[in-house]
Amino acid sequence: MDLIYLILIPVITVISIVLSENRKQSRVIAAVGTGLQLLFSVYLVVLYLTERGAGNLEEMLFSHKYLWFSSLNIYFSTGVDGISVSLILLTSVILFTGVLASWDVEYLYKEFFISLIVLATGVFGFFISLDLFTMFLFYELAVIPMYLLIGIWGSGKKEYSAMKLTLMLMGASAVLLVGLLGIYSYSSPTGATPLTFNIIEISKIHIPIEAQRYFFPMVFVGFGVLGALFPFHTWSPDGHASAPTAVSMLHAGVLMKMGGYGCLRVAMFLLPDAANEMAWIFIILTSISIVYGAFGAIVQKDLKYINAYSSVSHCGLVLFAVLMINKIAMNGAVLQMISHGLMTALFFALIGMIYGRTHTRDIREMGGLMKIMPFLAVCYMIAGFASLGLPGLSGFVAEMTIFIGAFQNADLFHRGLTILACSSIVITAVYILRVVAALLLGPANRNFPGTKNDAVWNEKAVTFILILAIVGMGLAPFWLSDMILNSLNPIVQKLALLK
Amino acid sequence: MENFSYTLVIPLILFFTFVFTGLFGGKFKPVISGIICTVSVFISAALSYFAAYQYFFIYGKADGAYRLINVFSFHWLRFNDNLSIDLGILLDPISVMMLIVITTVSLMVHIYSLGYMKGDIGFSRYYAFLSLFTFSMLGLVLSVNIFMTYMFWELVGLSSYLLIGHYYEKPAAVSASKKAFIVTRFADLGFLIGILLLSAFAGTFDFNKLTDPNGGAILQSASATFLGLSAITWALILIFMGCAGKSAMFPLHIWLPDAMEGPTPVSALIHAATMVVAGVYLVARLFPLYVFTSPQALEVVAYVGAFTSLFAAIIACTQTDIKRVLAFSTISQIGYMMVALGVSGYGAEEGLGFMASMFHLFTHAMFKALLFLCAGSIIHAIHTNEISEMGNLRKYMPVTHITFLIACLAIAGVPPLSGFFSKDEILVAAVEKNFVIFLVQYIVAGITAFYMFRLYFMVFWSRDTKYEHDPHESPKVMLFSLVFLAVAAALAGFIPFSEFVTSNGVPFASHIHLSVALPTVALALAGILTAYFLYKKESGSPDKITNSLGIIYRSAYRKFYIDEVYLFVTKKIIFNLISIPVAWFDRNVVDNAMNGIAFTTNYISEKIKVMQSGQLQQYAFVMIAGMILIFLLTLYLIIV
Repeated sequence: MDLIYLILIPVITVISIVLSENRKQSRVIAAVGTGLQLLFSVYLVVLYLTERGAGNLEEMLFSHKYLWFSSLNIYFSTGVDGISVSLILLTSVILFTGVLASWDVEYLYKEFFISLIVLATGVFGFFISLDLFTMFLFYELAVIPMYLLIGIWGSGKKEYSAMKLTLMLMGASAVLLVGLLGIYSYSSPTGATPLTFNIIEISKIHIPIEAQRYFFPMVFVGFGVLGALFPFHTWSPDGHASAPTAVSMLHAGVLMKMGGYGCLRVAMFLLPDAANEMAWIFIILTSISIVYGAFGAIVQKDLKYINAYSSVSHCGLVLFAVLMINKIAMNGAVLQMISHGLMTALFFALIGMIYGRTHTRDIREMGGLMKIMPFLAVCYMIAGFASLGLPGLSGFVAEMTIFIGAFQNADLFHRGLTILACSSIVITAVYILRVVAALLLGPANRNFPGTKNDAVWNEKAVTFILILAIVGMGLAPFWLSDMILNSLNPIVQKLALLK
Repeated sequence: MENFSYTLVIPLILFFTFVFTGLFGGKFKPVISGIICTVSVFISAALSYFAAYQYFFIYGKADGAYRLINVFSFHWLRFNDNLSIDLGILLDPISVMMLIVITTVSLMVHIYSLGYMKGDIGFSRYYAFLSLFTFSMLGLVLSVNIFMTYMFWELVGLSSYLLIGHYYEKPAAVSASKKAFIVTRFADLGFLIGILLLSAFAGTFDFNKLTDPNGGAILQSASATFLGLSAITWALILIFMGCAGKSAMFPLHIWLPDAMEGPTPVSALIHAATMVVAGVYLVARLFPLYVFTSPQALEVVAYVGAFTSLFAAIIACTQTDIKRVLAFSTISQIGYMMVALGVSGYGAEEGLGFMASMFHLFTHAMFKALLFLCAGSIIHAIHTNEISEMGNLRKYMPVTHITFLIACLAIAGVPPLSGFFSKDEILVAAVEKNFVIFLVQYIVAGITAFYMFRLYFMVFWSRDTKYEHDPHESPKVMLFSLVFLAVAAALAGFIPFSEFVTSNGVPFASHIHLSVALPTVALALAGILTAYFLYKKESGSPDKITNSLGIIYRSAYRKFYIDEVYLFVTKKIIFNLISIPVAWFDRNVVDNAMNGIAFTTNYISEKIKVMQSGQLQQYAFVMIAGMILIFLLTLYLIIV
């Protein structure tokens, strides 16, 4: 089993798309390639579970090292644990559905699919990297195509949004890079071994706390910006609003998860003293994110803005949970990443489909869609219920795990803010039901041009796959939760030793 | 025979029915989905009756008490060694009793709806959601774990939302469903925090451990305090907040009257008989915790219940919409059940209030469901909810008339109908514990009789209203349910309830206390007589009375303006005072700060770019000037 296939399949797909002759061919190739990637990810999960079931207790499975730059001791080292495996599965689900959702792209279709898949390659590379340097490299690889995708295929004030998004993320990665280089420079305390970027090796040594105090905020904020950390989240509403459907799906569904993953895997794992010491600052910021994002969503009129603010709230919950420094909450954080990824992708896909029929995203101009396009309306409702944390759907599992975990911290500060975070379940209900009522229910107040038909086959496939995943996770969370829980041990142990 | 594993089928068959009719309901004739759902509820009901028979009569007792049976349970989501969300089935006297209540009423409503909803566009959707509701409600009462209760608690909320909004093209129905969901969600926030607190101190979500009187949860829980009350008291009060939301206790009752926008059979099932008593059920489920660890929390339950029952009874006297009168009556009666729990102790005879509460829950489910179904039958015939547009209906609808009368007599507490027995037990329990509360409940009994018979006389007697078409009696499927429930409402009082359902599982013998029963019946009859004189024949006297009451009447008619307070909080505070400023702040302050950075960078580079002029002489000048500067600097450094 070699994880490099996760990179190779998309690369081959991209090359095949370059060679394809017409639109039909290129989209079929894209669908087949990403479909294969999805099957491969499922296979990876199965392999992972069998391997663990057979009693393999190594921290990272299927690990491999390719020398990349010997004088700086940079390796492309790969390996996965339960956390990355589940995020890889999430990514391939969303990539595949994203391709299906962009079935009708006409303008520069080749370039579109290529950028989309290159972006996803960056994400896959990021999740399998165990080396800070290649991790950063893939991170950048994922961010750059985003600029093109929004700037070229977007809508509205797309140049502004693309520029804003890219600049903010680039600014963050500049800070992040300094932090990563800082970790690198302290990675050999005795000087006996060469400096290293390898996460596992660094986790075995202890970086002086004075150094950690500098680098922890850099790394955490660097990744946190991608995870919509308040007050660095404003790229998200504009970016999502201008992005084409599939890009919004991938971006909110997967890219924002890289932020949470990075915070967990790098900031918390490698800089544990500073994490324990400084967590409170970021807990306050993320608590603000959670409530503030939810309140922000209540008054929005554009469907995509509503969803973008809701993402700020939900992703705030991810970082909030990561900072709680206990196993249950961190498990919740990973579950929330997956759950949010799925439901937000479903949301953006549906918004795209509805927009394609009504040519507006303003909820004031819509109403009674349940009558006009029942299939899409029911799907939208399911997405809404997942978002407001209804049992049986994925959101409930993740949120409750986070709340229970966060409440294990016995002091008033943590508990008080957990209660504040809990209040988001009410605010979420308010804005979700507001949208559902304004958009889907009530009398159909206008006939939209070309709204005769409900969802077509590819749209049905997209929603079906995503809803299946959401319901599957909501009904049977145990295997996912167990898989993640076991992989959190090294991180939690490292953090707890210092407490 | 001690195998109860078949009880798993009771809820699950309804889940599969929901999924099946939900996905494929559109593929065949609507009536087929109706029949599929009705048959599966019938199976579920039959199994419930069998389970009750087996549990109470065959399975037997241990140490004189009915046992708690964990039919099955598994870790659905495990957090650590102690904390996990388990799914499973727990049988004890109250859950078995609830099985009977839920499946009986649900079956009747299913049958009734075959006639009532005939021709409705959303017929199969309606039946799918009814199945979903019944499934969730059964899951709620069978929970083994408080978090499982919470999950199904949310699911019944969802089904209630979906069914209130059945006529989703009607704006009133849409906003009523939204209101119901959000108000109960807000209450559930309290429930959730309560669970979190409880788990933090008791270290478990498991009901078996939480409610074991000798278990660790109860013994260890007296620890930290916050604002003068122990943490466990806070937890229990917060959990009660959830119960108050679901059971429409003041001040979280506002969603229930609006929920009447849903189809009437739904009101009978969800908003009268089953879901709204979930709060009572949960307090009963956690009763040992309340009794042993926190008398204060139990007092809160009692006072909130007492106040609500009086408050709602007064409002019920003034309403003119038949369903709203019944809705306020429901709120008032649930107040009774809460009071009974609040004044109860733990044990056999000491737990009289507990038994009375469950008894009243049982009888109330029967007669209140009947009242709603009768109301549905009337609405079906004359297409209006306003009682001022009704009158003299006894001539047109004899069966509805008789069954409605039975239900009214039952709720008014006239012997030997069921309400008499359960209400009597509640009053006996209250008089022993707290005289003020007893007095309130005693007065409410009189008011109840009055407003129910006000309704009865205005609808079935009063003036000879001219109808556009002669109202006709409802079809047989509907009448079947009415008659069935009327028999149940009349006879349920004779069930020796204390032999089955008690707080600690030990049966005892209860009997009528004449010293309490006689004055209560007298008061009820007085209420009925007052209604008789005022409303039997159309007259001006009710108007005269309302006019003389002036502001008191008006504020009761406007439901004491609680709805306005709610509107003020949501519109003015949450929307205008928080959300709009937050959104403005985000766009104008946070985002502009980011844009400001970009703008500053741009501005500086505009300024600096002048230096990149492309003129050779300028570059040469800068170069030479720089060289001289460095030369001087070096010179200076060497000299110093």
